[in-house]
Amino acid sequence: MANFILPKNSKIKEGKTYSFEGNNDSTKKLIIYRWDPEENENPRLDKYEVDLKNCGPMVLDALIKIKNEIDTTLTFRRSCREGVCGSCAMNIDGVNTLACLKPIEEIKKDIKIYPLPHMRVVKDLVPDLTDAYKQLESIKPWLQNDEEKKGKNPSKNIQKPEDRAKLDGSWECVLCFCCTTSCPSYWWNGDNYLGPAVLLQASRWINDTRDTKRKERLEEINDSLKLYRCHSIMNCTRSCPKGLNPAKAIADIKKAIVTEK
Amino acid sequence: MIDNRPLSPHLSIHKKVLTAVFSIFHRLTGIFLTLGSLLLVFWFLSISIGENFYNYFQIISSNFIFKVILFFWTLALFYHLFNGIRYLFWSFSLGMELKTVYLSGYIIALLTIISTIIVWYL
Repeated sequence: MANFILPKNSKIKEGKTYSFEGNNDSTKKLIIYRWDPEENENPRLDKYEVDLKNCGPMVLDALIKIKNEIDTTLTFRRSCREGVCGSCAMNIDGVNTLACLKPIEEIKKDIKIYPLPHMRVVKDLVPDLTDAYKQLESIKPWLQNDEEKKGKNPSKNIQKPEDRAKLDGSWECVLCFCCTTSCPSYWWNGDNYLGPAVLLQASRWINDTRDTKRKERLEEINDSLKLYRCHSIMNCTRSCPKGLNPAKAIADIKKAIVTEK
Repeated sequence: MIDNRPLSPHLSIHKKVLTAVFSIFHRLTGIFLTLGSLLLVFWFLSISIGENFYNYFQIISSNFIFKVILFFWTLALFYHLFNGIRYLFWSFSLGMELKTVYLSGYIIALLTIISTIIVWYL
């Protein structure tokens, strides 16, 4: 059953303020969710004033600047800083996105940053993705092909350009889970519902013509909880920082299940 | 390890994006329509029971508050109808690009208002 209210230990309290010292019109305030597992306290919101004159253009640049110059305890995941690794997924200005792809300029007011919504927090902006990865594993995200066992030469398993084109819009996914954690249905049923990111990956393998398990994959996923908790809310598509369309991929899976019986 | 990890905030901090707003209104109007349909049943009942009861129902239904509820019921009916048609298209995986989703959302809002006005003032 959906629980709309945060548990007691998750209620957010007021935190510290780190003001920028010196005269500058180009400061920006970042309000960031903080939680330290080693302190026995509730999460808090810390405020940091950052001098934009000496800062890169993206929200991630501001976070790195804070960690380098203001508060070294601030914890977040980052790696490629160009939107191909999916590490810096977080809720910025109310919408899940990659911090490295979100220009500071786009946010007119103070920048509010939270971890991905409705996830267990490991520390500060780092959510626990263990369950999400397990769900990904459950759809077997690898090529399954019987032909090889039957003695056929795997190098003959050729993909035509038009078959390859069927995977466009799903292979680009970097598994940042921005979509999954923006989905209200996943918030309330995340323990059973696979969520848009994993279902988009499922469609990637369902639509791969070199894979011989299309039928089994569709059967496996045809489940009122795993798949049909998707009610086409479309928040996933709204939030995807790579401009992909998980909602449509899910609709296509549902359609394939009905039409290919 | 003692797991005292908090749950990150969700409803309270996520932007009220239109995609979600249209979806939740579909549910709310659905619930409202169900409740409203009970009034419809009472109306039919009053007819079948007899003239006295029907006249009594007439008095209640001419009340201003009743009219307001009926107005919102009409609004909910049209919203649910048009959005339902949108969902039918989505079942065929049609019109699911983000731009189309927003466009069809605006069209539905407009159609709902226009239809309600037509019903009440024409």
